[in-house]
Amino acid sequence: MEAFFIDFLQAAAAGLMVGGTYGLMCVGLGIIFGVMRVVNFAHGDFMMLGMYVAFYLVGLLGLGKLFGPSAAPIIAALAAGPIVYLVGILLHRYLIARVTGAKVVSADAEGHYTQIILTLGVSLILQNGGLILFGSLPISIQTPLSRESWEWGPVFVNQARTVSFVIAVVLALGLYFFLARSRLGKALRAAADNPVAASYVGVDVDRAHRLAFGLGVGITAIGGGLMASTQTFQPYIGFDFVIVMFAGVVLGGLGSILGAFWGGLTIGMVQQMSTLVLPHQLQNTAIFVVFLLIIFFWPRGMFGRTWERT
Amino acid sequence: MSATPSGSRRESVSGDSRRPLMAIGVFALVFLAVGMVVTNSYYQLMMTLVLIWATMGLSWNVLSGYSGLVSFGQAAFFGLGGYTMTIAFVKFGITPWLGIPLGVVVGVLAGVLIGIPTFRLRGHYFGLSMLAYPLAMLYVFEWLGYQEVSLPMKRENPAAYAQFADQRMYILLAMAFLIVAMLICLKVESSRFGRSLLAIKQNEPAAEAAGIDTLRQKMVAIMLSAGIAGAAGGLYANVLLVVTPHTMFGMLVSAQALIMSLFGGVGTLWGPVIGAAILVPLAEILHGELGSVLPGIQGVVYGLAIIIIILVAPEGIYWRVRDHLAARRAAAAGPEPAEEPARPAPLAARPAVPAERPALATARPILTLDGVSLSFGGLKALDGVNLAIKQGAIHGIIGPNGAGKTTLFNVINGFIPPAAGSIEFEGKSLVGLKPHQVCWRGVGRTFQVVRAFPRMTVLENVITGAFAGSPTDEGARALAGEALERVGLAGRQAQAIAGGLTTKQLRLLELARALASRPRLLLLDETFAGLAHDAIDDLMPIIRQINREGVTIVIIEHTMQAMVKLADEFSVLNHGRVLASGVPSEVVRDRAVIEAYLGKKWIDRAENPVA
Repeated sequence: MEAFFIDFLQAAAAGLMVGGTYGLMCVGLGIIFGVMRVVNFAHGDFMMLGMYVAFYLVGLLGLGKLFGPSAAPIIAALAAGPIVYLVGILLHRYLIARVTGAKVVSADAEGHYTQIILTLGVSLILQNGGLILFGSLPISIQTPLSRESWEWGPVFVNQARTVSFVIAVVLALGLYFFLARSRLGKALRAAADNPVAASYVGVDVDRAHRLAFGLGVGITAIGGGLMASTQTFQPYIGFDFVIVMFAGVVLGGLGSILGAFWGGLTIGMVQQMSTLVLPHQLQNTAIFVVFLLIIFFWPRGMFGRTWERT
Repeated sequence: MSATPSGSRRESVSGDSRRPLMAIGVFALVFLAVGMVVTNSYYQLMMTLVLIWATMGLSWNVLSGYSGLVSFGQAAFFGLGGYTMTIAFVKFGITPWLGIPLGVVVGVLAGVLIGIPTFRLRGHYFGLSMLAYPLAMLYVFEWLGYQEVSLPMKRENPAAYAQFADQRMYILLAMAFLIVAMLICLKVESSRFGRSLLAIKQNEPAAEAAGIDTLRQKMVAIMLSAGIAGAAGGLYANVLLVVTPHTMFGMLVSAQALIMSLFGGVGTLWGPVIGAAILVPLAEILHGELGSVLPGIQGVVYGLAIIIIILVAPEGIYWRVRDHLAARRAAAAGPEPAEEPARPAPLAARPAVPAERPALATARPILTLDGVSLSFGGLKALDGVNLAIKQGAIHGIIGPNGAGKTTLFNVINGFIPPAAGSIEFEGKSLVGLKPHQVCWRGVGRTFQVVRAFPRMTVLENVITGAFAGSPTDEGARALAGEALERVGLAGRQAQAIAGGLTTKQLRLLELARALASRPRLLLLDETFAGLAHDAIDDLMPIIRQINREGVTIVIIEHTMQAMVKLADEFSVLNHGRVLASGVPSEVVRDRAVIEAYLGKKWIDRAENPVA
């Protein structure tokens, strides 16, 4: 019994640490979903992009020699954010904006499917383009932190994961205050709330969307970069995580930054705790089941009415 | 599917039924003729794959193309079909000839199990949960130890196990599957079922209110779709002789099903065939040529295909070509004659009418509401509403914005169940019935914001409403014609596409669609909203006439003026309560009513008009 209790604490601690990073990635998806009302199928692939960018920054650019083996992966992860942010901005400017934003704010459900399908195309290209560019060999960023643990009573926590957790919490909170306080953040929220009205009072809705998209994928890329030290990855990894992220965002409630973070954290806990009772391979199946249960029984708050207004 | 087919689709519904059959026959013969001549086994395999992916595209089309509910999870059914066949073969020695049908059965069962919970979801939620099913299954099959299962080669009597030395047999087999799938789609397109799916795609609440059991139609669609996908999966495994969780349940499988249809054309049986015929060889050849250098080239091709088609021709190749041809034909034929102006039906042409209405004072109520309440969060939308609508009356419901008028209609016709209270129509309770069931009981309704099916013609819109009034298509057509006659939209206007109508025509269209189910009670939600005075003057006699022909009418209206002219009786609603009910002359003098409408200070003025 005692052994199970310790296992339980161990899994909970691991879940908390992993969940912090998930939470940050959910915040990224949540911004896009919240502001643009677009389901970004390719979101997991931007996470993958963040992982590879961080990997190559450490290795090829020699960040490792510059900052030492412990700090370099963290700096690389943070640097992956702005780089993927730029990718996101360009992609939005030349592709996504054609089926979203001011032109289609009044579009019905059909418009949304167009967007989803477009991001599905982006996802296929990123995954398979990644395969061409990066190869299929699973890799990870080597750091001494990922091999070391801190001891908290009977529980061990991985150092790399703990550092990631702290960075994730700080970033998520920072973003929350940025959106709550700054002028830009207010414009974003106005564009999210009512794009038509926002455009009447001078908010450039397309620009707000572009910013949201760039921020969303950039934030998630940082999350991916942080995870690249504790997890092996290959170009197809995004897909396993896109459901993780959707589950977190839906759980936390649409449009809420802190909600998305909390949702991601919970999903991380579920994933790690599920290993107590389920075989390791079914971790993700557990998340899918939780995800389905959430949208069946807990869709309120995001979707409100079951019937649209007649 | 932002821009699916324009009106040209209607030809395939009502046109010569033998032409599509012949087209399928010609296509099959040409394809097989080429397939039988090709000797390179690589190309033979490619041709087989074209047919299998076309079948898979059709499976997506049946569910998503017609009904508009986009499925990102067709791989669930494909994978189950493939694995069922494989496991039956490997573990139990069951021949694929039985294993594939078994896979179809398993697929259909999965369709039922997935459909029941998932169809309660809407929009993004439906798409996302459909995505989760195959991915969840993928890990389960990995965990079960089915990472890679090969079919055993049967040396003796291979044909009994659907194994052929001659690759061309697989082309024949795949073609047989595809033809069956195409015939199913053809049947769907030309049936009442298919038209109901199209109505669901264009406006689901309106379809439900017009008497279509939307859940049931969607369940049938997902079962058909899952069965076809299961067959395709079984055949795919049989041809490739090996299954892995990723090739059967992976995202690319679901994506390919969707891409074939989108690329070729959504909502037509030719779309997936065209899509597969172009994309499968393209991806395969590139993979063959460059696969060793660029390992993911197939996925990139599909990704690019889908992006390009969404940006350039979101309706797909089939509709683009068809519209283009139609435009050229039209240009060759010269300009179209101008549309006839709207005209009310000649009174003489109408059915005989009872000269006198029965006396209202003694009439029995046809609809009775007793203590009906409903809250949205803390807001009491309806607060103990009591109402008795007399048989044969025109009963007006007025009240300020947010008084709960439309909510009242939504509760009566079943969109929202009341939290408390009873609703009786002709002595039977309506509480707990779904909108389509309420419609079948004899209650029709229109909407405040017009909910037409914009890509159907006026006639098709109304026929959809007539399904609830007649079991046969001919009967429905007759009812629709009659309803259009009654509102004055018969003749040429009936062939116009609903998306291009004026507000007045749309209001008439909705009225006709509601009438087509032969209701005995009609709920009209702000039928005059957004109409000019002369249009209102045109509409009023039509509504009066419908009422004289025996239909009780409840009408929501903002303007007192129109209401006083039209209604026999009034109810005033404010903050979810009935303030007053009765004949107009009494209600307009009611203190509470004046207060609700004009504010307190007006009461004094109304009572002391001298000041």
